[in-house]
Order: sequence, then structure tokens, then C-alpha cells
Amino acid sequence: MKREDPVVAMAQDAPFVGRPLERVEDAALLTGRGRYGDDLGIKPGTLHAAVLRSPHGHAILKGIDTTAAEAARGVRAVLIGEDVRRWSQPFVVGVKEPMEHWSLAVDRVRYVGEPVAVVVAEDRYLAEDAVDLIRVEYEPLPAVVGIETAIAADAPVLHPAVGTNIVSDRSFRYGDPEAAFADAPHRVSLTVHYPRNSCTPLEGGVVIAEHLPGDEGYEVTSNFMGPFSLHAVIALALKVPGARLRHKVPRDSGGSFGVKQSVFPYVVLMCLASRKAGAPVKWVEDRLEHLAGATSATGRLATIEAAVESDGRITALSFDQFDDVGGYLRAPEPATFYRMHGCLTGAYAVRNLRVRNRVVLTNKTPAGLVRGFGGPQVYFALERLVQRISVVLGLDPLDVYRRNFVPPQAFPYRAAAGALLDSGDYPAALALAVREGGFAELQQRRDAARAEGRLYGIGFAAIVEPSISNMGYITTVLTAEQRAKAGPKNGAIASATVSIDLLGSVSVVVASAPAGQGHMTVCAQVVADAFGLRPEQIVTNVDFDTQKDAWSVAAGNYSSRFAGAVAGTVHLAAVKLRDKLARIAAHQFGLAADEIAFAGGKVFPRSAPERAIPFARAASSAHWAPALLPEGETLGLRETVFWSPEPLAAPDAEDHVNTSAAYGFAFDICAVEVDRATGRVRIDRYVTAHDAGKILNPALADGQIRGAFAQGLGAALMEEFRYADDGGFLSGTFADYLVPTTCEVPDPVILHMETPSPFTPLGAKGLGEGNNMSTPACVANAVADALSTLGDISDLRLPLTPAKVMALIGFDDPAPSKPRERAPEPAAAAGGGRALTATGTTEIGASPEAVFRVLLDPAALTKVIPGCHALQPIGENRYRADVTVGVGLVKARYEAEISLSELDPPRSLRLTGAGLSALGSARGSGRVTLEAIPNGTRLSYDYRAEVSGKVAAVGSRMLEGAARVVLGQLFEQLGRQAGGAAPKPVSWWDRLLRLLGVNK
Amino acid sequence: MKPASFEYIRIDSAAEACAQLAEHGEDARILAGGQSLVTVLNMRLAQPQRLLDISRAKALDYVRIDGGKLVIGASATQASVEWRPGLAKEVPLLALAFPNISHFQIRNRGTVCGSVAHADPSAELPLCLALLDGEVVLRSRRGARVLKAGAFFQGMLMTARQPDELVEEVRYPLASPGTGHAFEEFSSRHGDFAIVACAAAVNGDGIRFAVGGVADRPRVVTLPRLAGNALDDALNDFAWELEARDDPHASAAYRRHLVRQIGRRVIEQAGRAIPSAGGH
Repeated sequence: MKREDPVVAMAQDAPFVGRPLERVEDAALLTGRGRYGDDLGIKPGTLHAAVLRSPHGHAILKGIDTTAAEAARGVRAVLIGEDVRRWSQPFVVGVKEPMEHWSLAVDRVRYVGEPVAVVVAEDRYLAEDAVDLIRVEYEPLPAVVGIETAIAADAPVLHPAVGTNIVSDRSFRYGDPEAAFADAPHRVSLTVHYPRNSCTPLEGGVVIAEHLPGDEGYEVTSNFMGPFSLHAVIALALKVPGARLRHKVPRDSGGSFGVKQSVFPYVVLMCLASRKAGAPVKWVEDRLEHLAGATSATGRLATIEAAVESDGRITALSFDQFDDVGGYLRAPEPATFYRMHGCLTGAYAVRNLRVRNRVVLTNKTPAGLVRGFGGPQVYFALERLVQRISVVLGLDPLDVYRRNFVPPQAFPYRAAAGALLDSGDYPAALALAVREGGFAELQQRRDAARAEGRLYGIGFAAIVEPSISNMGYITTVLTAEQRAKAGPKNGAIASATVSIDLLGSVSVVVASAPAGQGHMTVCAQVVADAFGLRPEQIVTNVDFDTQKDAWSVAAGNYSSRFAGAVAGTVHLAAVKLRDKLARIAAHQFGLAADEIAFAGGKVFPRSAPERAIPFARAASSAHWAPALLPEGETLGLRETVFWSPEPLAAPDAEDHVNTSAAYGFAFDICAVEVDRATGRVRIDRYVTAHDAGKILNPALADGQIRGAFAQGLGAALMEEFRYADDGGFLSGTFADYLVPTTCEVPDPVILHMETPSPFTPLGAKGLGEGNNMSTPACVANAVADALSTLGDISDLRLPLTPAKVMALIGFDDPAPSKPRERAPEPAAAAGGGRALTATGTTEIGASPEAVFRVLLDPAALTKVIPGCHALQPIGENRYRADVTVGVGLVKARYEAEISLSELDPPRSLRLTGAGLSALGSARGSGRVTLEAIPNGTRLSYDYRAEVSGKVAAVGSRMLEGAARVVLGQLFEQLGRQAGGAAPKPVSWWDRLLRLLGVNK
Repeated sequence: MKPASFEYIRIDSAAEACAQLAEHGEDARILAGGQSLVTVLNMRLAQPQRLLDISRAKALDYVRIDGGKLVIGASATQASVEWRPGLAKEVPLLALAFPNISHFQIRNRGTVCGSVAHADPSAELPLCLALLDGEVVLRSRRGARVLKAGAFFQGMLMTARQPDELVEEVRYPLASPGTGHAFEEFSSRHGDFAIVACAAAVNGDGIRFAVGGVADRPRVVTLPRLAGNALDDALNDFAWELEARDDPHASAAYRRHLVRQIGRRVIEQAGRAIPSAGGH
């Protein structure tokens, strides 16, 4: 009988990698003792910052008066554009265009929420008080909001020096797409829009910055989470050597999802604020600031076309894409395009590819990293197209998938644009989802539902999920010549340090800046396996200090790099230290190093396990008795390993680029029922099958999938940053920007298979972003299938809100039984951004002449304008006014200019007002027409109002109603002042009811 | 998102509140559950100089049956009403509406009178008060007056309350025999502001039907016991009369559609909910 392997016998529960261990982080987090940025102690004398932000989407900054703010209680400094010009320089930009992006607006604002000034005061309350006292003179400019308007020939240009809003336009060609399209029996195309959305971490940005005395530079603690290539961008902006920008990351971060990348401009801003104040400065981003001003996924407009054989095989793909990056091209944009570039052909063996990428600036918040980065946009186009191919050609969608998948025997597979797909078995994953996900049952449900006339559909999505980004991928935006000039960029260097102390306990340090994923737990599992210890014996430190830790360009928490790169590098460092320990122990045992084994907390000769010594003893001797080390062995028990994935080369001359080191796979099935009456989409079942190579901790993996699924579902059904046509931001609260809660997220069916990556140390790949990429497309495909019984509906725009889906279903809006007289009727478009416009009629018991006199008499006009305290003439029929507009308990005090124009007494005039308050700006213009009627005047009006800033961001639900309230007050007073009775709005309904003898 | 400074005053009785309100009027605000007010303060959309905190005023924390009405004092939380064992029989409409009001954590703090005083056009408690023709008691140093819901609600966030008045209590009429009630709300997510909320009370005399979330205040219509096309036509006319607004979540036409769809369902449901004679 074969003797049992002593290593296996001693190992007890090992290996720990691959087991669903509980998180070591949770004891602190669940008892409220996490160490988040805002929880850290700060130096005595630290001041607090509040940021004044632009209420305009697009305006010239004509002047700023900080006198009152500086004189306010507790204020120590106010930082403005000219300070920023003096002490810093614009952020470097990823394309060769003359765009200036400073940490603070210097001459123009380009999105609502853009920082305009920073008040530094003794506490945040006082700082916010003083923010309200800053007076800024803006000259509003026309804003460009949609991609279509931004690229129009006559569009207002955001950066005049660039001369266009299209700041990058690159075309790519792989294989022979023209021939493939010419030869193809079918061409299927689709134009899709991907909305601006985000992942809204619970914790916003936190920056504690200090300008150090003399020339020492800056020291910062923030929850910026990388990529730390941006450390260079920050240092350059601050005009200091990298070593003089010490940046520390606290142990805990309350969610990032990529979004905390957008903290970096605030690192610069708060460093400068500290410099001006001469003291450390702390800033904590609040929810309104975060939603309005932090970041967003890029919006995309894409036209995608496939050349298709009759059996559904795709022979060529063409992408014509526009990315809406917002008001500035902020690093690492335009990375949204290029992260996915190598694997644009997705899971499919398509050799011919044509791509045109245009980067477009709009008056919106700068775009940046949002979980799934680039993937949701690509797959919303590609996977919707695969669904269209099956519809147009009348094929079973699963057959279309099977016929196009990269075959399992082809791995590693070089995709057309250069991705080296490392491993996978896509047909097997599809089969797993179909089998274990109960696809046959879902089909039966669909049949049964449709037989009853209900709207039930099934959708699919297949996605390749990149992880561990090639730091050189962004240079694909440059031409080969530009790249040659700049020098190659490639790789993705990860680092880890493992050390053993005097008593033999093991610690790990990683530069990974986790945000709740459980990095400490997994590092402990990996290192425990290397040393034959238990995970609880390993201490992991995830604080990050750029002056003390080993790190390089790719450090940080993004691009799903932890499992593949960071945990892998931890493994390499642990193995390196274990091998050293083996050499030391072998010397003591009088054996060769390869005969030494580590298991069960012991170190022993493989051939003589009975000679085992405790791990702690074996390790400690290296500290206490260096004389016992074998000859030539180095001192110390600490190993740092830097690792970069082998296959990550720089883009080649033909623009092939292997954008990521590893590529996982997910195949999803979604079944939905759409309510015919309301348009609400209900998820009946969601199945998601993942292949992420080796799974390090299945419980954490499922947690990642659940989180990404919830966010993908939010993107599919609810989440969108909405803007009005004037650039006003309308999604400033969680009542306006809707994130699914536990009530709205069903539990997905999660399935796994493991095809280890040959390119990562542990065979692991990322899996935390897959559902952000797959779920929006999969849900949309299911909705498209559900609606297919109503007709050929292909233009599905996210989020698929009930209102939007109902519009696709179509519904009658029958006229009332009696025609309505002219009641105020909003002339606004449904849903999206809008100005407030309305027309209406009211009757006043005074003559038109009397009404007109009131309007021309400043004293009377003061009483007519709701909340007007005083009118100060500044020209003919022009006044400066102090107006408090109030609706219920909400009040905003505006400094306004009011003018009367187009005077045609006593028939018509135009009343215009524009004002600015701490709550934002408001502009309105209305034409008033007076017509004599037997007992007075019939007054007709049409107005258009634009409200921007905080009021619009948090109150969009009520703006229309508020405008009516204010208008009502205005006409009531107009009637009174004209000496007549208060006006009576004409209600056809009252009359109708009186006729019918009903009610009232 | 930090409020402007204010003076905080603990209030133990209606008289204390009225004294403060008489002196400070618009510059003072009643703080009860704070579920709307504190948000508005933090955003500085309102900057009252004084907050009169009645949340711990025992004298105002009551819920009782009086004169055929469920009488709810200014400090009583929504949860304290929701959890009354007999609520489903006393005011069945409230029992149906409560689960739609945000989430239970908010109902634990939010007050009934606070919601009525705030007069959000999408709020459920004002809608129920309007449908049931309930009352609002306003107290000031000048005395107390009682307004019907229809007279109290005047527009978006606007009520008949004068600056020196406290919403001292609200009164929901107890269900009368032979009347069935129903409530349904359509919102983007569970607990969100209603895009459309419908409530109905149906008995042998006819239909009382109310809609929230569409007009600038809860609106009520009384109809005969219509059914079929006649009911659809009446609902359609009412839907138009609400003068629906567009907002980023729903168009006016979609809101009218929901009023027609949900309205019909709610009225039919209320008809079915009429307790059978002699039953319970």
C-alpha cells in the first residue's frame, strides 16, 4: 500500500486557496471600527474645506469676489483660479490637443459642479457658510449636452484652442473588413446609446492634504485608489518631484468600483488649498458633490455593423463610436475606448474588424473609471447586435453564439485587434448556463405567458471580461508615429512584500488599496498555503504609503487586477521567502533545500516528517542567529516581488494591442416579464455562468458577482445622470439618481467553471466587472424578446424605465370627453433634459391699460414679482432686484436682473429675469399678451425658464410645479395691483362639473 | 451639505410651540421626525433661524379614537399609527397605504402630521387624508381652527397653515360600514416618491377617488358607481384635469396612462373590498 504523503497528512485543511473562508476584514467593519478616510485622526489645527461649484453647464468666468467670504467667521483662506495658476499646472492630457484642465476653473466653467473656489475654514459648516458669500460673475454660454449636438458643425466649442469638440478621431482596420462586408450575404447593423451612469460608492472622496514647510512638498492621505500611474499626473500638476508627493491610502475604503479614481484632481486642489491656508486641510465629498461633480461612465453613441453568413457566422464587424467624456479629457480618458480595444470582437472568432473612435467633449462631468470600464458600452452594442442577427436571420440565438465563439482548442487565441485570449471554453460555459440555469423551464414559461398574451422574453449575453490592464493600452489612441516619438508603454507591474518577524509570524504588504473586496482575506489564504500555515496566522497590511511601500505604475485597485496580479504576486513573494527559509532549514537539517517541506505549521524533511520543527522556530533562527545561515545567504526574512504579465507588449505598428493580461468569460441568461399596463420590467430569473480561471475564494467571488449584477441591473433599468438642455444637472440625490435597493435586486443563479489562466501566477483572472458588462445587454435583449410579439422593436435605450418601456409598447392617450380650454400645458419633451416651458391664460378684472401701467411702474412691479424685496433701476425698464423665490419651506434668495422689453402698450411685452443665488442660477423669459374682454383683461403668457445648480440637481421632480406656483403668485399680484379682482384661472373642468351637476 | 446655523429649541407642548411661532413666524420651523426637513436644511434649501423640536413632546404624542375619527397628534410617528393592532378596521386605507411610505426606518421617525404639513404632492398620508375628507387642526395663539383636507392643501408644498400656526393634529375618519377601500402606488422603486398613487373608497352611494403624485396636491373626485366605459371616460377626464407634469422620471402622458390603468384597478378593488352586510 502506498504511504500517505506526509505533506498532505500534515496539511489538515489546506490548501486554503479555493475555499470560501470568512473575511478577516469583517470583525472591524461589522462593529463600526473600520478605518475609513473620514475616521482617521487628523493633526491638530487641520482646517476643513468646502468647494464652490459652478451652477452653469457652460459659462465664462468673468469675475469672482471673495471679500465677504474671507471676512466670514472662521475662514482662513479662499483658493481661487489665480492661486491655482500660480502654484500648479494643468493636468496632462492623453491626446495631443491644447486643452487645459486645472483643478479649479480658471477662465471658464464646463460642467455643473466644476470647482470654482475652495473655502478653508475652522469647520465644514463655517466653510459652507462662506461658500454662500462668494460672488461669481458668469457669462452663460450655450451648452452642448448630447453627443449629436456636440459634433454638429455649428456646435459651441468647449475648448476654443482645440477648435472642435471632437478631440480624438482614430480609425483602425484589422484583417480585410471591406472584402468581408462586400462578400457577406447579410449585413446587420444597429445604433445604440449607452447612458451616463455610475456605481455610486457609499463613501465619497476624502482628502487630507498638507503643504509641507520649505520645499518639502506635499503629504496627502486620501481614498484615491489608483491607478497609481496617476501619482505622476498629480505630482506633475503640483510641479513637484514624485518623491515630494507622499500619498497614503487608509486601510478601508467604502466602495470604489473605479469611481474613486476621480478623487485625484481633489488631491491637487486640497494640496493647493493647504498651501494657501498654511495648514493641513481636510475635505470630505458629500453626496451632492459626488453625484454632480465626481465622475461618470462615458456615454456612448455607437453604430455597429456585422457582415453575416446565412447560418449566423459573423465574418466582419464594424464599430463607429463616439464617447461622451464630459467637459475635460481627464486622465486616464479616453481609456474607456482603449481598455476594450484588443478584445472588441468579444467572444467571437471574427478576423475582420473596422473601428472608428471619436472622443467628444460635452458640458457634463468628466468621465472616468466606473466598474466594467469600457465593457458595458462595447457589449451593449455587440450583444444587442448578436440578438438582432438572430432576429433578422430567424436563427436560434444560441446557435448564433455557438457558431461564432472562439473554439476551445484555439486558446491562447490572438483576437483580431490584438487581445491574447488566455484560456476558456465558451461553448462549455454556455452549456452550463443552459443546463444548470433551467433554460428549458424558462422557455416553457415564455410559451405559457405568451399564450395568455403576456409579454415574456429571454435574453442572452456572452462577454469576455478583461482583467489586469496593459499600462500601454491607452497609447493606442496615439498614432504609431506619435507612439514611437513618446517611447513604448506596456506591462502592468504589481508588487507584494512578505516578511517574517522575530517570533515567526508572517505579514504581507500589498499596494492594492482595496475597497471592501476582502484583499486581506485572500492574501492570507495565499500566503498560508505557501508556508503551510493557517490563514489566521497571516497578517495583511493594505495601508498604502508611496514613500514606504514597494509600488510601481500599475499599483491600485482597478481593472480586476487583484486576483490575477496582486494575489499572484503575493504568492510569488511568499514562495520566494519560503524557498529562502527552506535553504536555511535545509542547512540545519543537513539536507538539500528541495527536501524541505512546509505543512501544518511545521517545517520538516519530506523523508523524515518526525523531525519536524515548528515553523516559528525555523523562521526565528534567521533573526536571532544569523551566524547559522548557510554561506552566501542574505540577511533578513523579507521578500518583495515585482511582477508584470509576460504577454503585455506595447501596441505594435499596426495598432494591435493586447489590452489585458487575462480574459475571463461570462454567459448570462435573463428571463423577464414586462407589465403591459405599466411597462415595468420584472426579472423572472437571471442566470450568470462565469469562468474566471482559478477561484481563490468562492464566497468572495459570488459576492463580487452579486454586486456587479446589482449595478448592471441598475444600469439596465434605473440609473442615469440626467441633464437639461442648458447643461443643468438633474440627478443630485438618490431620489433622482435611482440605484436598485435590495427590494429590486433578485438573487441571480451563479454558476462557475474554472479554466486557469496560463499567464497569472495562480491561474486566476478577474471576475468582479463581468456583470457590469453583461447584465445591461442581457436585460435589454430579454426586453427586446418580450416586446417582439408587438413588432420589430430594436432601439432600446437604457435605462429601461417603465415610462420608456411603456412608450415602446405604445398606449392610447385619449382626449378628454370635452375639449380643454387653454390650461397651462407644458410644451416640454418627455423624460429627458428640458427647460421649463408653458403657455397659459388667465383673466384679470382690470383693463389692459391698467395692467400695463402696473408692469411699467417699478413700485407696483416690485409687488407683482413674487418675493421681490426692492427694484433698483439700472437702465430703462431694467432693474436690479433681490428676489426670494419660495415654494413651501424651500426658499432661495436670488440677486436678479429684471427687464421689460418688446413693449407694445397696452397689448404685449416681454418680462425677463435672470438671477444667481447660493442655490444656483435661474433665468426666465415670458411674453405677456393682454386682450380686452368685457369685464377686464385676458392675459396670455408663454414662458421659458431655466433653473440650474443645486435647486435643479435636487429638485427636478418639483421644478415644473414650482414654476407654476411662482407664476400663479405673479398673476395674482398683477390682478391685485391693477386694481381688479384676483385673477381666475379658467377651468373647463369646473364648468363641466357644474354642467353635470357633480361635485363641488 | 451642512445646514446654516440655527437655534434649536426643545418644545414640550402646543402652547410652547405656538408662543415661538407667534414670535418668530416664518423664521421658525417645526422639527418633528425630520425626514424631509433635515434633508432640506442640509442642502440649505431652507434656512430657518429656529428649529422647534416637538419630537419629544409627550403632550403631542397621541393616537386615539375620538368622535368617529382616528386622531393623531403632531409628535406621533407614522410607525405608531401603522402598528396599531386595529388599524385595518379603523382606517383600512391607512393600513393599505403605510407600506408604500418609503421604508420602515423612515416611518419609525417620520410623523403623520409632519407629512401632512409638508404637503409633498406625491406623499401618501395627505392623499389618504384628502380621500377620506379628513381634518387638520391648526393651533396658534389666536386659537384653533379645523380645516378639511381639501381646504388645507393648496398646492405643491403649500398649505393653508399660517406662519404662526402649528399642525396640532390630523383626523382620519373611521371607516363607515359598507365602504370598501383600496390603495395602489406606482413608483420607480419600493419606497420612492409616487409617480402615481391612487386611493379609492367605494360604497353604495358612489366612488371617491383620489390621485397623488400628478397634480400639485392630492386631488379627489366623486363619481357615481360607474363601471365599464363610463368609468374609463370619467377616469380619463379626471386624468386630464390633473394637469400632469413631465419630470425626468415620467412624462405627463405616461402619468395619465397610469391614472387610467391604476385608477380603474383601485376602484374595482375597493368595490370588491366592501364588507358584506353582517359580515366583518
